[in-house]
Amino acid sequence: MPIRCEIVSQDRVVFSEDVDMVILPGGGGQMGILPNHSPVLTTLQYGIVHVKKNGEEHYFTVAGGFAEVQPDQVTILADAAENVEEINLQRAEEARRRAENLLKQGVPQDTDEYLNIQAALRRSNLRIEAVRRYRRHH
Amino acid sequence: MASTREMRLRIRSVKNLSQVTKALETVSASRVRKAIQAHNSSKPYAEKAWKVLVHLARQPGHNALHPLLADRPTVKKALVILVTSDRGLAGSYNANIFRHALHEFNQKPYPVDFVAVGKKGRDLLLRRRKNVIAEFSDLPSPPLYKEVAPITSLVIEDFEKGIYDEVYICYTQFINMMRYEPVTRRLLPLKILYKDEIPNPNVLDATHRTHSVFTFEPDEGEVLNNIVPHFTGIQIFQAILSAQTSEHAARMIAMRNATESAQDLIQSLQLEYNKLRQTLITNEMLDIAGGANALAQENE
Repeated sequence: MPIRCEIVSQDRVVFSEDVDMVILPGGGGQMGILPNHSPVLTTLQYGIVHVKKNGEEHYFTVAGGFAEVQPDQVTILADAAENVEEINLQRAEEARRRAENLLKQGVPQDTDEYLNIQAALRRSNLRIEAVRRYRRHH
Repeated sequence: MASTREMRLRIRSVKNLSQVTKALETVSASRVRKAIQAHNSSKPYAEKAWKVLVHLARQPGHNALHPLLADRPTVKKALVILVTSDRGLAGSYNANIFRHALHEFNQKPYPVDFVAVGKKGRDLLLRRRKNVIAEFSDLPSPPLYKEVAPITSLVIEDFEKGIYDEVYICYTQFINMMRYEPVTRRLLPLKILYKDEIPNPNVLDATHRTHSVFTFEPDEGEVLNNIVPHFTGIQIFQAILSAQTSEHAARMIAMRNATESAQDLIQSLQLEYNKLRQTLITNEMLDIAGGANALAQENE
């Protein structure tokens, strides 16, 4: 029996299929979800969602959010989500360089700007890391 | 009667005007398309989040789950977010939503404060001496979620402090290019109506009938603190997207009508001008003919 997996970001549906297993970066640690899991509501950390389907593996980056698990369904509501195969590596690297340069210039630590840059840096690092580790063809 | 010169000037100025309205119509048309797209693409997230919330509300003892979900026994003061446009020339768009909001909240037994989204609404509210506690204008079109987020945090903060016991949002709901309706929705405390769920044929699952209790990771408080305010934000975001779509559609229709009226006006002015010109020529011809006749008679 498969389990329905839906990954939705604020601006689109990233993935929606019946799958065999979902591994997600829950607020309390990695969670592996098989069909007939008991209902769980969890926050998500920055990380990788790993989906297994008929021997195929799919990887997605998620930048926080939350997930609802029901016996027949996993709904991932991510603040931002991307399929690893879709990530534009060049853009991610540029974004990382930009963020690092900005941080070097010395932005005061407790401002929104600083937090934004930090978040951007974390996102690009996550993307780059994800592509290095999980992309099938570079 | 006006001289031919004056008439020519008038025709030219109407022509220029119609070019401006035509341009505005084209711009609005492309904005509507973009706005509809933005509205549609943020819909799945809002629907899923809503479903999660409905599941949460089905949990036993849900009234105590989160302060933003709990009804307050008496309402001492309410806050209304009024979504209007920054610019005019959108037909009756702003007037309609403003009239709707006043009608809705004028007879309430408690005082009402306003948050104005859009300059037009702010001006109308101030003219009526309403209490406007905050103004958000010049939002981009379509906005990003994070650009709308300050409205959400302001509203949630004041609600949690107990300054307001209820929060509403008045905006124009986009239905299609010709139809948009002013609506009022209660944002806080979050009201969860089970029957409000619209079954969507594209979604495989409908809703779950399992009544087993959720486990929360890492813990209940953190999960709810993450989800519930977020959801309020999504509702505000969606409302603003819908209002902007309506605004652009309203402006497009208004400008199309203006262009058409201008064309009619140009036609009737042109006709009048031609008649006038013709009369002048005829008169001159008569004069010349008269003069020629008089000369001919003298010569005889």
